[in-house]
Amino acid sequence: MPLVLNKFYSIFTLFTVIFFTVNTVQAKDAEASVDLKTEIKEYITHHLQDTYDFSLFSYTNKSGKHIYIGIPLPVILWDEELHVFSSSKLHHGEELVASGNKYYKLDHGKIYRTDASGIISYDESHHAKNIAPLDLSITKGVASMILIAILMFFLFRSLARSYDTNGAVPSGIGRFFEPIVLYIRDDIARPNIGDKKHGKYMSFLLTVFFFIWFLNILGLTPLGVNVTGNIAVTFGLALLTFLITNLTGTKDYWLHIFDPLGSSMKWFAKIPIYIILIPIEVLGIFIKPFSLLIRLYANMQAGHIVLMSLIGLMFIFKSWLGSPLSFGLAFAISIIELLVALLQAYIFTMLSALYFGFAAEEHEHH
Amino acid sequence: MVGAGLVVIGVGIGIGRVGGSAMEAIGRQPDAYGKIQTAMLIAAALIEGIGFAALFAVS
Repeated sequence: MPLVLNKFYSIFTLFTVIFFTVNTVQAKDAEASVDLKTEIKEYITHHLQDTYDFSLFSYTNKSGKHIYIGIPLPVILWDEELHVFSSSKLHHGEELVASGNKYYKLDHGKIYRTDASGIISYDESHHAKNIAPLDLSITKGVASMILIAILMFFLFRSLARSYDTNGAVPSGIGRFFEPIVLYIRDDIARPNIGDKKHGKYMSFLLTVFFFIWFLNILGLTPLGVNVTGNIAVTFGLALLTFLITNLTGTKDYWLHIFDPLGSSMKWFAKIPIYIILIPIEVLGIFIKPFSLLIRLYANMQAGHIVLMSLIGLMFIFKSWLGSPLSFGLAFAISIIELLVALLQAYIFTMLSALYFGFAAEEHEHH
Repeated sequence: MVGAGLVVIGVGIGIGRVGGSAMEAIGRQPDAYGKIQTAMLIAAALIEGIGFAALFAVS
């Protein structure tokens, strides 16, 4: 027991030391800024956006030039012809990029075409008037999604193979994943979709569960990716659920929407009810996936904002009190976010399964 | 801003009631733990969805 305690204390001290040093270094930087609160706000909104590179940190060197440390990613633009260049050339909007015979500049997180002098003009509501080319870049979010997709492909393929060689007993990390896969099959898919039909939906449910879960967890790493907090990504995921629900819908599913009362009533008696009922049911088809996309997006977005704001406390307090306070709160929220990462993946899968269950329903006809 | 606060109060009460009732139900019928938990999560998620929609409408 004392050994464990010793270890705990040494780790604790190490963390405290690291955080205090980091704090003093950064606090000096922050003091130089004009308006701290706007800077923190900009920092948070910048973090929530998708960017063209993985930026880890930045500093200003002696000659006053900003140095950014991170991993650049390819920028792919379609502007009458294909333009491909590294995002390091953009220098976070500080420099003009010449590609072919055109010039491009980054402004407020978007790439615009400019002339050789690199001027970006704004209209009254402060939107850039320059032409934005069709942007097909591998951004931070796209790169993370590709990374997770490759990881999942090789992870689950090798896991599936290990069952052949190992006599249907999971080995290694499979011991961790097998109960989760079984849980999704036995406690999410089966009760909601039914014993007969759950098989054909399993591949989607498992994929979407692990994809969202892994991306959520990747969002908690210092790489600063916010993929599931991007409404376009959650829209894509919810669109898949929407398409699968409606394309696999049985006759009974559509009857439930357009003729819920069935033969229990005469047709002329149904008309006044259906005038109200059918529009609501049709709206329901769209509201279901819409609530899925808003829920995942808002939850992840809110989690990131809270975490970032708590880290921002450190710079607002500017005293020895700020660092442990900010560290403690951010640590606690990070633990909760780990739970939320799993919970949101679970809820998305669960509700998708529920909607598939509606689509696959088959009544016994009397 | 006041509206956002009201939304959060409403959602908090709603999810709190769902959670509390689920606890009571589990206390009465510990065997049905799994089913109650699932139903609770779905109800909580639906309330939360409405809450987020309202927050977006407010802000």
